[in-house]
Amino acid sequence: MRVALFLTCVNDTLYPDTGRAVVKLLTRLGVDVDFPMAQTCCGQAHYNTGYRHETEPLARHFSDVFGGYEAIVTPSGSCAAMVRELYPRMGERARAEGRGDSLARTLAPVVPKTYELTEFLVDVLGVTDVGAWFPHKVTYHPTCHGLRGLGLGDRPRRLLEAVKGLELVELPGAEECCGFGGTFALKNADVSAAMGADKVRAAESTGAQVLCAADNSCLMHIGGTMSRLRTAMRPVHIAEILASTEEEPAV
Amino acid sequence: MSGTFVGMPAFPEAAREAVGNATLRGNLRHATHTIRAKRARAVAELSDWAELREAGRRIKDHTLRHLDRYLEQLEESVTAAGGTVHWAADAEEANRIVTDLVRATGESEVVKVKSMATQEIGLNEALEAAGIRAYETDLAELIVQLGKDRPSHILVPAIHRNRGEIRDIFTEEMGTWGRPAPEGLTDTPAELAEAARLHLREKFLRAKVGISGANFMVAETGTLVVVESEGNGRMCLTLPETLISVVGIEKVVPSWRDLEVFLQTLPRSSTAERMNPYTSMWTGTTDGDGPSTFHLVLLDNGRTDTLADTVGRQALRCIRCSACLNVCPVYERAGGHAYGSVYPGPIGAILSPQLRGTASEIDASLPYASSLCGACYEVCPVAIDIPEVLVHLRERVAEGGPAVRQGNRVLLKPAKGHAAERAAVRAARWALAHPAALRTGQRLASRTRRLHPRTLPGPGRAWTGTRDLPPVPAEPFRDWWQRTHGGKDTSK
Ligand code: SF4
Repeated sequence: MRVALFLTCVNDTLYPDTGRAVVKLLTRLGVDVDFPMAQTCCGQAHYNTGYRHETEPLARHFSDVFGGYEAIVTPSGSCAAMVRELYPRMGERARAEGRGDSLARTLAPVVPKTYELTEFLVDVLGVTDVGAWFPHKVTYHPTCHGLRGLGLGDRPRRLLEAVKGLELVELPGAEECCGFGGTFALKNADVSAAMGADKVRAAESTGAQVLCAADNSCLMHIGGTMSRLRTAMRPVHIAEILASTEEEPAV
Repeated sequence: MSGTFVGMPAFPEAAREAVGNATLRGNLRHATHTIRAKRARAVAELSDWAELREAGRRIKDHTLRHLDRYLEQLEESVTAAGGTVHWAADAEEANRIVTDLVRATGESEVVKVKSMATQEIGLNEALEAAGIRAYETDLAELIVQLGKDRPSHILVPAIHRNRGEIRDIFTEEMGTWGRPAPEGLTDTPAELAEAARLHLREKFLRAKVGISGANFMVAETGTLVVVESEGNGRMCLTLPETLISVVGIEKVVPSWRDLEVFLQTLPRSSTAERMNPYTSMWTGTTDGDGPSTFHLVLLDNGRTDTLADTVGRQALRCIRCSACLNVCPVYERAGGHAYGSVYPGPIGAILSPQLRGTASEIDASLPYASSLCGACYEVCPVAIDIPEVLVHLRERVAEGGPAVRQGNRVLLKPAKGHAAERAAVRAARWALAHPAALRTGQRLASRTRRLHPRTLPGPGRAWTGTRDLPPVPAEPFRDWWQRTHGGKDTSK
């Protein structure tokens, strides 16, 4: 199976460890991973801030780069949701505006083939025990686009529960938004920060050492809040936990 | 809309104040979390909730598609049942019609059923200007009125108040509006309710004119429906001689059978009750029973403009249950007043900029008053995809585009203050469409990483004021990939 890693622009630039973890994990599971160098960004931030027309060239570019692969895997619930949910909608809107089918046709091939990492592991590879080892107390925050957009359900939890040495503890109010929301974090910084602080306090109450999620954008906001509030807790992407083994543990 | 809200600051500024108010945040958090848990239980009791939700969505969509037909049918039925129908294009016209109708009765006082439509048009203020005093009779609405305050929630307008604050308002203000509060009033719920009961009873028995809204209007029979919890609304609907109902045109449903759906979904979504305690229905006038004169004022006020927008029109399906407010994390922190409208929370963020347009600062900021977490869509009993409409309205603010205002097709310019952002988005798009440029930027960031400040200037300060930045890694992923997998890259 020829799988393309869509790392996302945020991970590429700020969280290369997550990318390395995905490569390590998928390779360990026998998947042949490729990283198309021409990839950039799915356009989610542009789209969600109200720049649909600026998003279209990015979506076309995404389709050019990834259209030829059997599957596209991304360690980001929100970017997977962008491709799967919003690319079709962009195609429909272009059609409704009398601009024909060209956009919809260009984007169609990538839509069903794009998977968030945990979805790909559970649904496509059919594994929940990926042979990981991570001897820490962990709490899981289901990010909004993964939870409500993609409907990841209990896939991430099932994967975490199968990790050796990992103690999973329940996060109170887990389904509440952490307050990141892309440009929301800047445009409504006060409300965003209040939501982030509440999320961090809820995580602290679990006594976990690690807060885990399947989206580094949310972890950037939560982690930045933890650091400012001097919380002794680390934000860790789920890919890094799943890639961690006794031989090569994640730090 | 109501003059009360003109000149509101944009949402982020209005929200800042609320975020810093610990009492307000505590009151809101407690109230919304309690009701949201109860709602979830009430909804889980019905095995066919998903079907009911879908049925509600379809009935509303069907009615909206044929709104002209159903409104004409409604007018015929209401007239045949002895009522009089008036059409109001906007708030001013609606207020003028109601004021004239009250004047014609020779009265200078009216009692009111809690109604979003009359708040939307600022009816109380308009009546006041004409020398007519309107008394709110819903308990929470009474608290807001006596406190010279503004509602902050669709269903519980005084949700931002706690019992101590309510006791103070009753003690200080009741006397200036009618029967004063009893001596030594405490803040126990029973005593507060009794004080309100005595104060309101005097109003009910004296009033000759009642003013209401309606939750539904049935086209086939001309029947109006109000659902409520306290029974005060029913007093206003049955005791006065003249009843004037002001209702948004989107509230019509084709038939009685359609009520079957909404009378299940509305109470469970709003108050988490299986059935609301009072459902009042009235059809025109009946000799010797209830008001002898009935007027229906059908209010447009931006609704047909909203209907013209294929994405945004779903906001008109709203049955004002307020479930979306109670689950919204932004509403919970910002409070209802920050939305600058009688419709706060997620529904307010999509309804107000459609009814009023996006020209004002507050209206242009409302589509951004959300983290797009999707909790509102999940609970909405008529499946309004609020995040979709928010993004659609952001587009209108950021990029401009076609819209309908007062029945005319117009091409909206982007809202003021978005030029710099638009330029940045374009530049980012250019870099992202040119991978080499992106790579140069990443490398530059990596090489200079030891020089990066902990706090950022300009717009970045919004981030670093409360959150630390992640350290920039020594090497972006794509450089690592090329170094380690260099020969394996098969893409173009
Ligand atoms: S938008 Fe939906 S959830 Fe919100 S008040 Fe209207 S009907 Fe209720």
